[in-house]
Amino acid sequence: MTRLDSKIPSGPLESKWDRHRFSEKLVSPNNKRKLSVIVVGTGLAGASAASTLGQLGYHVECFCFHDSPRRAHSIAAQGGINAAKNYQDDGDSVGRLFYDTIKGGDFRSREANVYRLAQVSTQIIDQCVALGIPFAREYGGQLANRSFGGVQVSRTFYCRGQTGQQLLLGAYSALCWQIERGQVTMHPRTELLDLILVDGQARGIVSRDLVTGRISAHTAHAVVLATGGYSNVYYLSTNANGCNVTATYRAWKHGAAFANPCFTQIHPTAIPPGGAHQAKLTLMSESLRNDGRLWVPKVSSDHRLPGDIPSIDRDYFLERRYPRFGNLAPRDIASRAVKVVCDEGRGVGPGGQGVYLDFSEVIEQQGLEVVRERYGNLFDMYHRITGEDAYQVPMRIYPAPHYTMGGLWVDYNLMSTVPGLFVIGEANFADHGANRLGASSLMQGLADGYFILPYTIGHYLATAKLLSIPDDHVEAREAIQRVETRVNRLLTVKGRRTAAMFHRELGTLLWNHCGMSRNEGGLTSALQSIPKLREEFWRDVMVPGSGSSFNQELEYAGRVADYLEFAELLCHDALHRHESCGAHFREEYQTEDGEPRRDDGRFAYVAAWQYRDGAVPVLHKEPLAFEFVPPTMRSYQ
Amino acid sequence: MKFTLNIWRQNGPDERGRLITYEAPDVSPGMSFLEMLDGVNQRLLGNGEEPVAFEQDCREGICGSCSLVINGIPHGPDQGITTCQLYMRRFSDGASITIEPWRAKAFPILKDLVVDRSALDRIMQAGGYISVNTGGAVDGNVILIGKDQAETAMDAASCIGCGACVAACKNASAMLYVAAKVSHLATLPQGRPERARRVSAMLEAMDREGFGSCGNQYECEAVCPKNISTRFIANLNHEYLRAGIVESGLPSEPESPHAESS
Repeated sequence: MTRLDSKIPSGPLESKWDRHRFSEKLVSPNNKRKLSVIVVGTGLAGASAASTLGQLGYHVECFCFHDSPRRAHSIAAQGGINAAKNYQDDGDSVGRLFYDTIKGGDFRSREANVYRLAQVSTQIIDQCVALGIPFAREYGGQLANRSFGGVQVSRTFYCRGQTGQQLLLGAYSALCWQIERGQVTMHPRTELLDLILVDGQARGIVSRDLVTGRISAHTAHAVVLATGGYSNVYYLSTNANGCNVTATYRAWKHGAAFANPCFTQIHPTAIPPGGAHQAKLTLMSESLRNDGRLWVPKVSSDHRLPGDIPSIDRDYFLERRYPRFGNLAPRDIASRAVKVVCDEGRGVGPGGQGVYLDFSEVIEQQGLEVVRERYGNLFDMYHRITGEDAYQVPMRIYPAPHYTMGGLWVDYNLMSTVPGLFVIGEANFADHGANRLGASSLMQGLADGYFILPYTIGHYLATAKLLSIPDDHVEAREAIQRVETRVNRLLTVKGRRTAAMFHRELGTLLWNHCGMSRNEGGLTSALQSIPKLREEFWRDVMVPGSGSSFNQELEYAGRVADYLEFAELLCHDALHRHESCGAHFREEYQTEDGEPRRDDGRFAYVAAWQYRDGAVPVLHKEPLAFEFVPPTMRSYQ
Repeated sequence: MKFTLNIWRQNGPDERGRLITYEAPDVSPGMSFLEMLDGVNQRLLGNGEEPVAFEQDCREGICGSCSLVINGIPHGPDQGITTCQLYMRRFSDGASITIEPWRAKAFPILKDLVVDRSALDRIMQAGGYISVNTGGAVDGNVILIGKDQAETAMDAASCIGCGACVAACKNASAMLYVAAKVSHLATLPQGRPERARRVSAMLEAMDREGFGSCGNQYECEAVCPKNISTRFIANLNHEYLRAGIVESGLPSEPESPHAESS
């Protein structure tokens, strides 16, 4: 039976983290040398954790499936990173960042975690500056800020449109230093395929060398998963093609509870899909909504070119429905509003899947040059992909699966329900509730990796009973056996359909039934279809080549196999949550004017699911108490 | 649209490779180059053949994974983009396209179009960082950095580490890559204490990995998907010269030697 003990320290919110750090046990420098930690993933969370643990004196074994740790998908984050510095003196504070995040998450996150996140946000900026991150500066030399995604202060730090890249390269450079010092051993082109548990504790992983195909066990005193989110379960998403759920899903099968899987963020501003060949969706930075206005024709029969439609015949639907926030309404609200107008048949472009994002007004008021300076690279990118010039005609955008708030359940120490298994960054569920605000994922990844995990893992290592185990421990041998069996199974089906075909079919199914809006009928039918698709997969998938060589199709098929199981968990969670909150919109639970109806009386909890072999997963609830911010209806009108 | 593709196939590092011709019918102009290759691979799979191995991940020009030499030019005919950002409307219908991997001594081929670029990581490990511990950093506004300086650092820091510069250079030099990192950190006050050691260590590592030296032809700049300027190579040479003077013991800025971490 999974026990959910969030281990939230008692006492005033402001001093919980300080007191907790003081009461935690430390590992002496001499003993750190004898301890090793496995870190899987080298995005912002993984790279910052691995480098910090190495610097503290632990020996770190770090794994990534890319050829270089610098290629993790954090690299693609465009907009920025939030911090409660209040450099603009516009009324920001730790308290306000905390409040915005709790409210933005639609009251489905933990107060204590979020407050800590807001507290360490300021340290992150200082640390990043020290690492040589070239943040945007004002002429006077001070750090520049912009306003971003659903808040009313300017607290976002940025490096042009490449903030994720620069922060990741900073963490990567810190990792390089520790690799050079011998504190971190890096294993690139290596994929986690199973966990090793000894006496119920996470003690290692089984990995496959993606070049040689060698399957091997690696043991350590604790394991940290920093393996990102699972938006690729939808086939088309803004994630890189390699992003996958395998690590967290395998951990789930070993007993780690999976929390709130149905909280999947659909980003409003992606370039609409172009056809069946589409391999991924390209995100256009949310910052475009600072100046662009979203609209569709007022009537569905209006097929005039956008420039020929006069203002009076246009529906600026976000400004109409949410006059206070207008085009800057939070992501979940904006995405759903786009879906509503497209469902009404008023969508534009191929298949009616799109709305206009129009810059003509700002170009007229402030000049082409201003717009070019601000968004030039995004307009260029749009032009390359669509062949259209957005300076002349409005952009077309459509929502796309982007970020997953759900993830493995962790306590205040970022430890999962499996002792010794820590989960950081997007891979855990902790901080964003039912919806994440813009520029918060970079903040959370680095908060977990630089400033939280390195403390909390120390307490575990200092207090847990950890006997030393060899790499050929019986549990390790069995785990290797499991992985080999599965790899062979994939290779021996020798069917007729490719993994991509199954993945696309699954993605379409989920997008239709468990995407931007959900209902009981759709979810129930998805839960019937997914097992059938999975059976077909194992009967008819085609994986060429062998397991003992570089085989990209084998890697991919393994990930698709996990999506085919995980999708069911996602739908179970969406089905059970009889309310609409944040990114989770249940059609049955909405007000007359189509706004979501949250049900705090029945659903103010974290839904943590436990795996059961061959049966429906078991739901455990962690009640959410709001001592400091009383839940209110989240209104942006 | 349809195309005839000549694609480099090679089973492993020690095997012989060769160009094999494939047809790509049913290509739409709105397909990206990699989506076109996805289609080729799906068809190969349908015929029970092994698909062409190539690297890709983000498909938005930032991760630096994709690495194809297209008709002799790394990342293809357009300037300032990666392979994944190239769209088929750029080619004329019926054209023949040759696709090869990065070719350089320091980048051994793993399979087909996939090469091993870990040499670039090892150059970074030799010194491409600021040795600062986590925690205890001073407030980010304590050291003011002029906008121009920050922009210059950012120009250099936008390198995505794809290695196109190496693939384009007839000496297979990694000078532009090293120059970008050295210049990024040397431009910022935070990177100054270690600048002499950094530039020497990174250049030594570059030589050790088997990259050639700069021939001043600037093919690297021409193919760089992030338009990184060769003026950073001039800056690298300046840094190297400066390091030589500093390290030779002549009077210089009071720089502490690289702190040994024990």
